Amino acid sequence: MQPLPSPVPSSPPLAIEVRGLVKRFEDVVAIAGTDFEVPVGQCVGLLGPNGAGKTTTVEILEGLQHATSGEVRLLGLRWDKNAAELRERIGIALQETRFHDKLSVEETVRLFRSFYRRGLSVEEAIALVKLEEKRGAYVVKLSGGQRQRLALAVALAADPEILFLDEPTTGLDPQSRRALWDVIDGLKGKGRTVVLTTHYMEEAQVLCDQVIIMDHGRIVARGTPAQLIASIGGEQVIEFATTPSLPAEAFADVPTLVAARPRGDGHTLSVKELHRALPGVLSIVTARGANLVHLSTRQATLDDVFLAFTGRSLREDSSS
Amino acid sequence: MNTQHPLWQLVLFRMRGFLREPAALFWVFIFPLLTALALGVAFRDRALPELAVAVVDGPDADRLAPSLEAVEGLTAQRMSEAAGRDALRRSKVALVLIPGPQPELIVDPTQADGRTARLMVVDNLERLQGRVDRVVVQNRQVTAPGSRYIDFLIPGLLGFGLMSSSLWGLGWALVQMRTGKLLKRLVATPMKRSHFLFSFMLGRTVLALAEILFFVAFARVLFDVHMFGSLLSFTLLGLCGSTAFGGLSLLVVSRAGNAETASGLMNLVSMPMMVLSGVFFSASNFPGWLQPFIQALPLTALNDGLRAIMLDGTPLLALWPQVLVLGVWGLIPFLIAVRYFKWM
Repeated sequence: MQPLPSPVPSSPPLAIEVRGLVKRFEDVVAIAGTDFEVPVGQCVGLLGPNGAGKTTTVEILEGLQHATSGEVRLLGLRWDKNAAELRERIGIALQETRFHDKLSVEETVRLFRSFYRRGLSVEEAIALVKLEEKRGAYVVKLSGGQRQRLALAVALAADPEILFLDEPTTGLDPQSRRALWDVIDGLKGKGRTVVLTTHYMEEAQVLCDQVIIMDHGRIVARGTPAQLIASIGGEQVIEFATTPSLPAEAFADVPTLVAARPRGDGHTLSVKELHRALPGVLSIVTARGANLVHLSTRQATLDDVFLAFTGRSLREDSSS
Repeated sequence: MNTQHPLWQLVLFRMRGFLREPAALFWVFIFPLLTALALGVAFRDRALPELAVAVVDGPDADRLAPSLEAVEGLTAQRMSEAAGRDALRRSKVALVLIPGPQPELIVDPTQADGRTARLMVVDNLERLQGRVDRVVVQNRQVTAPGSRYIDFLIPGLLGFGLMSSSLWGLGWALVQMRTGKLLKRLVATPMKRSHFLFSFMLGRTVLALAEILFFVAFARVLFDVHMFGSLLSFTLLGLCGSTAFGGLSLLVVSRAGNAETASGLMNLVSMPMMVLSGVFFSASNFPGWLQPFIQALPLTALNDGLRAIMLDGTPLLALWPQVLVLGVWGLIPFLIAVRYFKWM
């Protein structure tokens, strides 16, 4: 239909375009019609609990699964027509790939590098993920975090235009997770587009320019982390507990209140303006003759966004 | 050579994976050596034992016993008749001689030793009575090389070794790579799938070559097993067998999703051949109606061919039926496997 390369897109150029994407397995709908686009150079996070459809979405983008229906374009190309070229231009870190135990870091990267026409040198790829000290070590000797960094080096070997990272920090301790965040953060820029899936909201908040929140195969919200947090109305959260515990209706008149949810012996209130809401809470507690046993305030996070859109907490879901 | 070529890197990947796995080295090289040693010792060729003969006490016994004792291959013991019959029943002696004017010989007709002992004893009694031998024979003793059990065993053990290392070495590696999602990761790159499968076959061939030469060398050095045919033909046939089992292995694991399924399937394929295909004893021991099936098995073809070259010096061209069987077993499963192979 289109003998010429796709027309010059209106700015900004798109790295990824997804239209009406549906994926059905026998009797399960994994993706129930999603649309989104990712401009070149952006880091986009697919956020959601296990089974939300993140991995299926990413594997369709990676050309590892076929969509039931819908249209997917990467760099203006389609998997059914330009698979060979697309494979050259993308880099992938799957959820937990087990590389060969008895191959060294360097040998593993060199093997993968050999499949690509262009790319980084093996040394550059290893340096990017800060594994220089382990270049001669066998995979079996690496820690979980080092293995994830190796997977990242392998994904980077082709110097890809789009980098897919499927749950890159799942199962890592907080320190390794932060180290990996630093590495990924350093990869942004240079016009490289990054797609990452995660069920850690902090991860999306730290790394992503755009966040797509998925649940049950649908996109429930999409935007920058700041936009998403603003979209739920309350950007501040008050968490408190009292003795005796008080009913939620008691706090309906707190100034600038957006939403109230029970939480243990107390409540979690989303409010727009902390300086007006907090005195209100305190006076209600005093008026009811109750005592505060706990009170804290914090900025709203993506977890609050997820909660607001799905009625469930991302953390509760992902801990299973 | 361009060391960055993907095929070269893939072959290196295969070889390193094998050479750095001590268990794999053990099964391919040390295990067959130990098997050959154990079986070689158990079935080593011994000189025939001397046959024991009981001479029942009596007047002539004093004369007969020493003269029988002097015959090469016989030992004589004096005892009562009852003790002699008891010894015969328990196979302690092959024959009981009751001396007298008409000497009586008691043997067990189901014992081959009894027949031999009877001939030797009668011969000796005749000479004592003054028989003159009119024919003078010269005895010459030879042991033909290539007729010992170890000679039979070595080619069979090599065939079995090639089958095992192809099935397990190749199949196991593929299943591990599939369960660890490494296959999936590889097909997400521009890697050519034909390069990948070819690298497995190539890696397998290099290792099979090492296996064959190692076998020939240790058989020669440790057991003095000689190669009567051409070493080149022997090696080529061995590689042909290894490739055939490589194709079969690919089919066996083409859809297996986990290690348990794969190992079950590999046992299902290898166990019948280990028994039927003449590894430890000749396949001709099985009844005739089973023979067409046995002859169609790849391991039978490989073992028969290796034995023919090693022990009889048969040229490779004369072994075309075996090569054909191996070719069919290599090619058809390979084609099916490539068509239905599950990459993720």
